[in-house]
Amino acid sequence: MSQQSIPSMADLMAQGKQPDVLFWVGCAGSFDDRAKKITKAFARILLQAGVNVAILGKEESCTGDPAKRAGNEFLFQMQAMTNIEVLNGYEIKKIVTTCPHCFNTLKNEYPALGGNYEVMHHTQYLKDLLESGKLKIEGGKLKGKRITFHDPCYLGRANGEYEAPRKLIETIEAEFVEMRRCKSKGLCCGAGGAQMFKEPEKGNKDINIERTEEALETEPEIIASACPFCNTMMSDGVKNKEKEGSIKVLDLAELVEMAGDLSS
Amino acid sequence: MSFGIANIIFLAALVVAIAIFAKNVGKIRRNIMLGKDVNRTNNKSERWKNMGLVAFGQSKMVKRPIAGFFHILIYVGFVLINIEVLEILIDGIFGTHRILASPLGAVYTSAINFFEVLAVLVIVACVVFLWRRNVQRLPRFHKDEMKGWPTKDGNYILVIEIVLMFALLLMNASEANMEAAVAGPYIVSQYLASFFSGMSQEGLHTAERIFWWTHIIGILAFLNYLPFSKHFHIILAFPNTWYANLNPKGKFANNETVTKEVKMMMDPNADPYAAPAEGQAEPERFGAKDVMDLDWINIMNAYACTECGRCTAECPANQTGKKLSPRKIMMDVRDRAEIVGANIDANKGSFQDDGKSLLDDHISREELWACTTCNACVEACPVQIDPLDIIMKMRQYMVMEESSAAQELNLMMTNVENNGAPWQFPQDDRANWASEL
Repeated sequence: MSQQSIPSMADLMAQGKQPDVLFWVGCAGSFDDRAKKITKAFARILLQAGVNVAILGKEESCTGDPAKRAGNEFLFQMQAMTNIEVLNGYEIKKIVTTCPHCFNTLKNEYPALGGNYEVMHHTQYLKDLLESGKLKIEGGKLKGKRITFHDPCYLGRANGEYEAPRKLIETIEAEFVEMRRCKSKGLCCGAGGAQMFKEPEKGNKDINIERTEEALETEPEIIASACPFCNTMMSDGVKNKEKEGSIKVLDLAELVEMAGDLSS
Repeated sequence: MSFGIANIIFLAALVVAIAIFAKNVGKIRRNIMLGKDVNRTNNKSERWKNMGLVAFGQSKMVKRPIAGFFHILIYVGFVLINIEVLEILIDGIFGTHRILASPLGAVYTSAINFFEVLAVLVIVACVVFLWRRNVQRLPRFHKDEMKGWPTKDGNYILVIEIVLMFALLLMNASEANMEAAVAGPYIVSQYLASFFSGMSQEGLHTAERIFWWTHIIGILAFLNYLPFSKHFHIILAFPNTWYANLNPKGKFANNETVTKEVKMMMDPNADPYAAPAEGQAEPERFGAKDVMDLDWINIMNAYACTECGRCTAECPANQTGKKLSPRKIMMDVRDRAEIVGANIDANKGSFQDDGKSLLDDHISREELWACTTCNACVEACPVQIDPLDIIMKMRQYMVMEESSAAQELNLMMTNVENNGAPWQFPQDDRANWASEL
């Protein structure tokens, strides 16, 4: 394990350096205990692969996604323009993030407000690292594990990225099994559109339970996802079904890290 | 045959039918234009390609293979059999009979044979669809919003299509035993000819005329049914896909009025107390409360909707028993646009406030807040209707004009505003994890 730490942009700037890529951590990745594990796993992989990376740290702020999806365009644009000032001030060119909501907002909704960056989701970034040989996995500790993948809406349908996460699962040599509704027909976990922050409307079931039941039909050992919010929803679903002893909900960054000894 | 009273009646029927149709299409156009202007004419080559693939090519229809297959039968049958209408029009106007038969010769017989096969396939497909709706009762055809007229509308369309196809086949069948037949017998209708065996030549002629008139008057009547029916989708599917949103589905438009305001707020040189310039129009309403606040593409979407319910079947909120149904959103927009249009007609061209609006009187807040913005409805629609855009605009109205979001959402937004995260954590702690690597 690398002993390096991940520098902030302010630190790098003071040293007159520029990173190759900025890791946009996101609010869940910064504060939610479960999501922080994903953040740390991804950060460790980046450092292991020798990526010249930095974070905004205290200067990062919510992209405004939940505000926008809740209908508060004002708050969204305030957040966006403030963030764009910071990002442009540091002359950021390339961003990677572990949150599909941040990914979508930064990639699609910031350009019209003056924020133009090459934005990647961490599954895409990891796939590139592995394919270019900058990152190697030895050991195959997850070889043959039965894994299903839940497509995050804002990675899949919203941005058409279905292959990168599947490619990663293939790379770790897991036994991959698709859910009935997958890719463009994937069922939402129930968290998007600011639902994460409110009680659901009256119905006969919670969406995350519906999705978890579908995941359980594939009899997985691991439910993989690629979004901190999906992770929470699916973890809650698995707990609701009292399966947390036998089924783990893990992010692809965690799976890549667990798959074996990483080297660069 | 020669020119006579029948041709005058035919011509009159044709003119009246087309005039009424044009008038009603004009009203729909007016209702669509109740929406705000939006410019979506960029990337024209991509738009033509998209329309070719999705509308002409039915590429999204076949995502559900059974419905897709039978829909293509009806679609292809409808388009090709209507080539024959061209001949019917000429015959009707000039008093000729099967004018294309002798110039085309054997090609004519092959063409009619082909149309007859298509007609049978259309009948089969319509029967399958009636079965799916009324016997198999697929759930998506029996959600709450389908009660009453929408269910009847769906069945009427299928029955009318069956009747039209039978008129065509029986017209040909009655001619099969006619000594004066200019062509035929044809591949399918020859087997129906026995219905007319024993009829005199005069009787056969009368039967042929009755089915000919049934077919063409049926078509003209059906044409005039379209503007009142979900079946209008056969026209609007094309512009609807041409004007479809070609951006990634996750990209929601940034409200430009808001951008101006926010830029002013962030401009250190702006004078916050400055009075608005003289003659400046009243600022636009944020978001949408009524159909006039939507853009015209939103309303065109509503008129292009054929209520198939694929959106609703894919909606996670609907699947888990919430009130939200994306199809209902579209039907409500159309209903409200119709009411506003009728109001304008009744008030000499200007809308008189009726104290009602799309929000609350048609679409409830409970529906709007149940959306997860997952885009499943948008993905599912065979003609690229975007219910999500309407939902988002209505949420914007509730939040920015009324501040009426749920308490938990207000708390989330306050947190974003104050500490840059949806939860109450200090921004200074954002990088705490980095010391735990």
